[in-house]
Amino acid sequence: MTTSAAGDRPGDAAPLLEVSDLVVHHGQLQALEAISLQVFPGEVYAIIGANGAGKSTLLRTIAGLHQPTTGSVRLDGTDVTSLRPEHRARQGIVMVPEGRRLFGSLSVEENLKVGATYGRPGPWTIDRVQEMFGWMRDRRSQRAGQLSGGEQQAVAIGRALVANPRVLLLDELSLGLAPVVVQRIYGMLPQILATGLTVLLVEQDVSQALRVASRIHCLLEGRTTLEGRPDSVTAAQVEAAYFGLAAAGAGQRGERSEA
Amino acid sequence: MVWVNAIVQGVLTGGLYALFACGLSLMFGVMKVVNLAHGDLAVVACYIAIGIIAATHVPVLWSFVIVVPVMGVLGYVLQRTIIQSALDRGVLTTLIVTFGLSVVIENGLLEFFTANTRGIGTGLSLVTSSFSLGSQIQIAYLAVVIFAVAVVVLLGLQYFLSASKYGRLIRAVADDKEAAQLAGADYRHVFGIAAAIAFGTVALAGVAYGMSAQVDPTAGTDTILLFAFAAVVIGGLGSLWGTLLGGVVLGVAQQIGAQINISDEILAGYLVFLAVLVLRPQGLTTRRAQS
Repeated sequence: MTTSAAGDRPGDAAPLLEVSDLVVHHGQLQALEAISLQVFPGEVYAIIGANGAGKSTLLRTIAGLHQPTTGSVRLDGTDVTSLRPEHRARQGIVMVPEGRRLFGSLSVEENLKVGATYGRPGPWTIDRVQEMFGWMRDRRSQRAGQLSGGEQQAVAIGRALVANPRVLLLDELSLGLAPVVVQRIYGMLPQILATGLTVLLVEQDVSQALRVASRIHCLLEGRTTLEGRPDSVTAAQVEAAYFGLAAAGAGQRGERSEA
Repeated sequence: MVWVNAIVQGVLTGGLYALFACGLSLMFGVMKVVNLAHGDLAVVACYIAIGIIAATHVPVLWSFVIVVPVMGVLGYVLQRTIIQSALDRGVLTTLIVTFGLSVVIENGLLEFFTANTRGIGTGLSLVTSSFSLGSQIQIAYLAVVIFAVAVVVLLGLQYFLSASKYGRLIRAVADDKEAAQLAGADYRHVFGIAAAIAFGTVALAGVAYGMSAQVDPTAGTDTILLFAFAAVVIGGLGSLWGTLLGGVVLGVAQQIGAQINISDEILAGYLVFLAVLVLRPQGLTTRRAQS
């Protein structure tokens, strides 16, 4: 298995999001070590890995919240590495941050309105989001801070959708939510994808990621240990890549030598 | 009757204090900046008004039409430059920077305008005259006008914050500026707008103060900043209408103190301030400005 990032895709498709040799430091600490990935239009690309593997750092760097030491982020061929997060958002890289991060003192509807303020034109409107999550219209005046975790996650996704992103970044959707709520939220993914979005998500729950993703990318201590289609990797390979065992023969780049 | 008079005068003074305080409260609520130069900016606005009136002969009452936008632009520029760069280094740095700004402004004013007291001489009967309620209550028209202006400003601010696009962005950025960035909002620009509004309100307060009292270059920290702080703390941090309540409570306490003994005026205000800090540190209103 020597799949390169683009290896599973038709050769003529151009990547929508391209990350090249991204190195990120947190102070002295190197959080990411030359990460490269390509996300193609319409796919669900999942980054998996253990706690501290650098998944969220990677996503936050793509969103512009961290500046990389070296490397680049390209959106549809345009280098956006030097752009601030708000400018990347306006160009179509919109992130649902870890922990929802709603505007707690604003109402549900106001949260959506803020999301739409600098958004691109497109299929997603506040109305459409309220249609998808039926309860949202009735409770539009409720303060976001008073919602349950699952409801907050729905509003956070809605707030991102109304900006009509080209690439939607989802950071740990399942964190702190009951499994049934997580299922319901991931159940919305097909509806979202049907409008032509591309999704790049970070997920700690590997089985969840394998279920929804068209391709997975496993990180371990800031390095890539496995990349491929969920159906082309075995459970043992994923386990090895996730925990960093020597059997990670499938991971070309981040192969570890110790037993 | 003298006590009723003290309360009426105190309530009216409270309007001016609320005008001083609401900008301070807004800047703290939105960007966590305690602007120690806030009072000096009111004095600057007052001197600008004096200068404009002398140079252009605009009607005195309308000088604010020029002063408020000028101070608003100054607020935006200062926020985008030195205050933002201080914020980037940490919230505490803004204390040092705004303190420095305060010192620079005071000494600049002393240098150019000397230590003499000045006022905005209106020469208008509206400003100097008053009407009587009963035999012992004399109410100055100007005090009523200033109180009304304060209420209108607070109503306008509340409407702006709750119903306008930028008001919503200001509240969003105050909640979580990183999440606002992810929604495409440039929080620095939003901070600048909040600062422009704060500077605009303090400009209005400075002009009103200059019409009703004599101002000198040190009045900014000696009087205005401290009263504004007291009003904000009494009313409740981050609460818009709290600044009016705080201003009124402070004003009434001062007038009652003055009624007991004229030299106790200022002390009585600070005693109430202290009592609120001890007994109800969150302020008299806990309602947030966002509500």
